Amino acid sequence: MSVLDRRGRGAGGASLNVTYLRFELLRTLRNRRFMFLSLGFPLVFYLLVAGSAHDVKDLNGSGLTAPLYYMVGLVAFGTMSAMLSSGARIAAERQAGWHRQVRITPLPPRHYLSAKIVTGYLMAGLSIALLYAAGAAMGVSLPAGRWLEMTGLILVGLIPFAAAGILIGHLLSVEAIGPAMGGGIALLAFLGGTWFPIPDHGVLHVVGQLLPSYWLVQASHVALGGAAWGTRGWITMLVWTVVLARLARRAFERDTARV
Amino acid sequence: MSIAAAGAGSGIALAGLSKTYASPEGPVHAVRGIDVSVAAGETVALLGPNGAGKSTTIDMLLGLQRPDAGEATVFGRSPSEAVAAGAVGAMLQTGELIRDLDVRELIAMVASLYPRPLDVEETIELCGIGEVAGRRTQKLSGGQTQRVRFAIALVSDPDLLVLDEPTVAMDVEGRRGFWTTMRAFAARGKTVLFATHYLEEADAYADRVVLMAHGRIVADGPPTEIKAIVGTRTIRATLPGVPLDALAALPGVASAERRGEAILLTCTDSDAAIRGLLAEHPQAADIEIAGAGLEQAFLQLTGDDAEQAVTA
Repeated sequence: MSVLDRRGRGAGGASLNVTYLRFELLRTLRNRRFMFLSLGFPLVFYLLVAGSAHDVKDLNGSGLTAPLYYMVGLVAFGTMSAMLSSGARIAAERQAGWHRQVRITPLPPRHYLSAKIVTGYLMAGLSIALLYAAGAAMGVSLPAGRWLEMTGLILVGLIPFAAAGILIGHLLSVEAIGPAMGGGIALLAFLGGTWFPIPDHGVLHVVGQLLPSYWLVQASHVALGGAAWGTRGWITMLVWTVVLARLARRAFERDTARV
Repeated sequence: MSIAAAGAGSGIALAGLSKTYASPEGPVHAVRGIDVSVAAGETVALLGPNGAGKSTTIDMLLGLQRPDAGEATVFGRSPSEAVAAGAVGAMLQTGELIRDLDVRELIAMVASLYPRPLDVEETIELCGIGEVAGRRTQKLSGGQTQRVRFAIALVSDPDLLVLDEPTVAMDVEGRRGFWTTMRAFAARGKTVLFATHYLEEADAYADRVVLMAHGRIVADGPPTEIKAIVGTRTIRATLPGVPLDALAALPGVASAERRGEAILLTCTDSDAAIRGLLAEHPQAADIEIAGAGLEQAFLQLTGDDAEQAVTA
């Protein structure tokens, strides 16, 4: 009995299994096509969109320069994809039967998920770094504090997408997840303002404010001084986080109920 | 040291285990109330044809599925407790390896999940995968993949090793090597349960064979005993008007049935039976002697109920 207890603790004490995470990251970095496409697309879009408007100082009355606005717009696009792609990895491992193999190891389910979320954040971080570098090259210039504040908001704003990744990973098949992600991200990016500033009134404004992608894009407003999100933004993000985390938890538990 | 020796219960116990699935054609009774116990250190084969309920039984033993009724215990604990303690290693019937790691890395990754794993290099050597240790998992052949999956099950140094149809994708030589490794591992005092539909494997590598068909245990005993049960042949012939009890009394005949003008003899010794049949009833025509495959042997063992299950 005591032997069992000791062994149990030995494997499941920490909140993250470092070796497991290290190999999980290694796997992702080695998937060259995935890396190339998921980092490359936002960058190419940015260079195309912002490049053609690089001297616009006030984009559609937003008060922001086009290079800054589009930089954050495409960071939103790229990081949403990065977080949701952990769902694609979960779905692929479910299809391969690997999740069953993992379930008969002592790895606690939360460690499995945290490794997936950390991997998603790593990809998001790479995407952010790449777009910031491209933005700086195009003349985006902010005080260091603003860069940090903006990055912090984006990282917080990705939490509901981390939950959404787990949700779709346990809900959808590998075949369904591609179109679901492609369409979902395109729609969220469009309505969130990735491609043009959302007007401050009308249907698009009302719809946009209800979406987490809108608030990701709004992180660029730190450049104007004051709070980029405001109470409404924080509450919207909180609601999305709570709802998606609950749904993700339920989908995960239904999928992996241990006896 | 081991859990088994710690006195936390003796080996494995499956008590009254049942599992029914819903399917579009109605409920499928995969496992219908089975009782099996395996002593610590024993190597037991779960033998049965496809669809016998072996994999469902193993899923319940590993905590991957919840039984509808009954209980599985592993070293006196629930399956999930035993799994969480790292006491169980298993090679499931289906499952691919995750990609973008080489074999050595994958084994090290799995080893990191356990409290007292074997040395990674030792495991690689034990499973005979040294030559592919540096190869990416997506570039392995079917047989190599099976051996890596075996290594994943072994690297935890489990007290209970569960193997579900482990040799399916292997060639003859691969099989021999695989079973040699398994025996060597079992010799360390480990408990092993393996499922197979090959009588020869059960006969050669298990201390005991549990025969399963249509969700039930139909026999449980030493391999020689099971071989006598399932190693039967049948004789079919057109032979009207001969009473069944006269046929059943022939040497080597276990049972006799009539199907219209034809008779069907189930034989423990078909050579003796055919000699006796022709000597006493030379008019017998259209004679066929067939080796009863496992499936057929099981059908005879389980009777009408089984036939229903087959057509269901």
